[in-house]
Amino acid sequence: MNSATHKRTDSVPLIALHNIRKQYPAVLAVDDVSLSVKAGEIHAVLGENGAGKSTLMKIIYGAVRPDAGRVEWNGQLVNIASPGEARELGIAMVFQHFALFDSITVAENISLALPGKFDLKALAARITEVSQRYGLPLNPLRPVHELSVGERQRVEIVRCLLQSPKLLIMDEPTSVLTPQAVDQLFETLRILAAEGTAIVYISHKLDEIRRLCHRATILRGGRYIGEVDPAAETERRLAELMIGRDFPETQHHAVVAGGITLETMALSVPGDGPFGTALNRVTLRLHSGQILGIAGISGNGQAELLAALTGEFLVDDAQSIWLNGIPIGRMGASARRRLGMVYVPEERLGRGAVPPMTLTQNALLTGYRQGMVQRGLVNAVAVAAYAADCIREYDVRCGGTESPAQSLSGGNLQKYIVGRELRQSPKVMIVAQPTWGVDVAASALIRQQIIDQAAAGVAVLVVSEDLGEILEVCNQVAVIAGGRLSPVRDVSATNAQEIGGWMAGRFPTGDAVLMAHAA
Amino acid sequence: MSLQLPFRLIPRAQPSQRMLVVAPLLAVVLTLLVGLGIFAALGQNPLTAFRVFFIDPVSDIQGWSELLLKASPLCLIALGLAIGFRANIWNIGAEGQMYLGGIFATGLAIHFHETGGAWLLPAMIIAAAVGGALWAAITAALRAHLRTNEILVSLMLTYVADLLVKYLVYGPWQDPQSNNFPFTIQFGDDALFPLLASWSWLGFDTLLEGTRVNLSILMTLVAVPLAWLFMDRSFIGFQLSVAGLAPPAARYAGFSEKRLVWVALLLSGAAAGLAGVSEVAGPIGQLNDRWTPGYGFTAIIVASLGRLHVVGIVFAALLMALLYLGGEAAQIALQLPKAISQVFQGLLLMFLLGCDVLVNYRVERRRAALPVVQPVAAA
Repeated sequence: MNSATHKRTDSVPLIALHNIRKQYPAVLAVDDVSLSVKAGEIHAVLGENGAGKSTLMKIIYGAVRPDAGRVEWNGQLVNIASPGEARELGIAMVFQHFALFDSITVAENISLALPGKFDLKALAARITEVSQRYGLPLNPLRPVHELSVGERQRVEIVRCLLQSPKLLIMDEPTSVLTPQAVDQLFETLRILAAEGTAIVYISHKLDEIRRLCHRATILRGGRYIGEVDPAAETERRLAELMIGRDFPETQHHAVVAGGITLETMALSVPGDGPFGTALNRVTLRLHSGQILGIAGISGNGQAELLAALTGEFLVDDAQSIWLNGIPIGRMGASARRRLGMVYVPEERLGRGAVPPMTLTQNALLTGYRQGMVQRGLVNAVAVAAYAADCIREYDVRCGGTESPAQSLSGGNLQKYIVGRELRQSPKVMIVAQPTWGVDVAASALIRQQIIDQAAAGVAVLVVSEDLGEILEVCNQVAVIAGGRLSPVRDVSATNAQEIGGWMAGRFPTGDAVLMAHAA
Repeated sequence: MSLQLPFRLIPRAQPSQRMLVVAPLLAVVLTLLVGLGIFAALGQNPLTAFRVFFIDPVSDIQGWSELLLKASPLCLIALGLAIGFRANIWNIGAEGQMYLGGIFATGLAIHFHETGGAWLLPAMIIAAAVGGALWAAITAALRAHLRTNEILVSLMLTYVADLLVKYLVYGPWQDPQSNNFPFTIQFGDDALFPLLASWSWLGFDTLLEGTRVNLSILMTLVAVPLAWLFMDRSFIGFQLSVAGLAPPAARYAGFSEKRLVWVALLLSGAAAGLAGVSEVAGPIGQLNDRWTPGYGFTAIIVASLGRLHVVGIVFAALLMALLYLGGEAAQIALQLPKAISQVFQGLLLMFLLGCDVLVNYRVERRRAALPVVQPVAAA
């Protein structure tokens, strides 16, 4: 098989995507992207969140259908209409989150994914054989609930390998792994590639891609940016390609930092679900008039921090979060809003707005304290007026106040949500991924709004994976990694290298900083 | 390998709003068409059977009275259920909550049989609402505080409530002169809803002579606009809709899920309880062990058929009541089996669900098999 594979390598790519396009209701996820991978090649797909990586992979795997473009397999046009058809071609995918049943064994789990009848004993023997051959130690008879996260991932990989895939897709495989487990995984992938398997490796971790991958396709905002040899580029150059601009000069505006508005004291929160990240003694202070940015790779505790700050998750100790001198750890989201907190969540459609409801109804969602409810009944006139004001002031392009939220583009919906929150005269504003998937013009407007609010005395917390955005908008920056918060730096006193190192988790702990302050 | 059908369902990006309204009507038409076929298969002239089933029951004032008597509790229960269903809180146990309403009302009726006054019926109405709400409160407490599944709990509590009724009518509350039949004494006049026909000053006495329709339909007539106000104009109704359409948005806005669970279940329980008193203090006039034709379950169909909207529910309740009446008429006039009304109910629900699938999905033929890919080794 090997020699035959390598003969093909020179001429025809194993899989080639041409001019793929995918439009979701609120966002153009993939726009005219091409990608080709040869047998035996480890090919990175590099991009920020929202760059279109996952959508592109789902298209290859048959889980999403492109609106336009061609897919070729061994030079022949194919139409991969379902994951089943993808598997028949020889495409396997290891997902970021694993679908395993906890209460049954490794072998039983794998048997569920394999077609046809199965013989558990023979299967167990094959699992042992494959796992030894690729350096993935695994006992097929152990129940899954006893396995570590890294071992669970091995189960997924072995499950894929048993199908002898020609193309293996790995979706951010190292996000849940320890450094040692990462080294082991890379070894396995190199063996597979040497045997002729093509591997598509999705990541935004630049060092890993430089170590492992032969080629890298870079996506940004759903568009194809280019193809490079990652080992020949510096990390900084890759980051620039991925983010799309040089790290911007900090905008200096006169910052009048007022008193502490929002404060956490050694906030510890358990992780949200098996793939969550627990917060470990996070201490931060948000001053009025300031914009604090929290950078970091997704899944490092951002979701838990936001849930704890906004009251969607109630912490045990009321005194671990303070808002304007009031301990709010045990207060729900509604009570915190009453104290002047507003929140623009990352997930616009489905959390920040109810998709099938009109913009008017969506104004009521959080604006209900602005004179919209009298004696338990909704004052429809007041709500519609509020919605109309948001649309006018924030330049929301839509069909009017009665348009459903899901009919708006991502940028316009985000402007509407930002407007709805800001018109409530907040004291604290929390914004997650403010311009994720938002077009350039709307991004500029939203960023300007954030800066203007701070100038008017609001304390703003921006949580974003887009480091460029944080350096552009914020006065201060900290990094969250592994559930811990780095020291806070003035944006003018730091640089991308330092922040990048912190993103990998290399920074003194919050406690150490506190002690330094005390000393 | 999964089953390979020649077609498959693709979700529509934006289901047509018009079809959402048309689908229930289409389901009704399809049910009627299949019904004609069933009549024919049973050896009846389909058109005669159709007339007996759907026209004759409402061809006189007597029929309309019976129709209202059946539609009223169905409508009442379905309005309560719709409040919860909008928030994805699935109270399947309205039947049991109705039993409890009946039990609570009966307790008062029996206890104050000799001594009652004009206050007795209003007290029974309140007791019935409380009884139904208390029964639903068990489900609410378990769901809100222990995160159990409200579908299972409310459904299973229905069987508990059924046994409770049986215990009472075979035991402590049995009529001493019943010759061991399972029923209570007949309620006194103070414990019964007056017949509309008895209110001569309304001028209905001649028109309504001999009909059984009673004042309990007033409860439904009041409940309809109140339910509309609650569901479509109140802030808590809005919160329930948000919780149903986008649970993360409800959490984001800070709407308390526990509170919504309590509100939805207590209101639907109270509505079912009221339906219970309208029966025991209405046409039946006592508590016995088989006094309901399953209104609590049929109301689930009514709520779905009515699209969880007040106006739709009113019409759906009338239609379901007609199916009950038609089934009875068909038994008597055509010697068709009793199950025929349930067959129609089942058909209706099935067609509604089927139409809903087509509203939300489009059917697409699977394309021809994939182009054959040469195995790599063969190259």
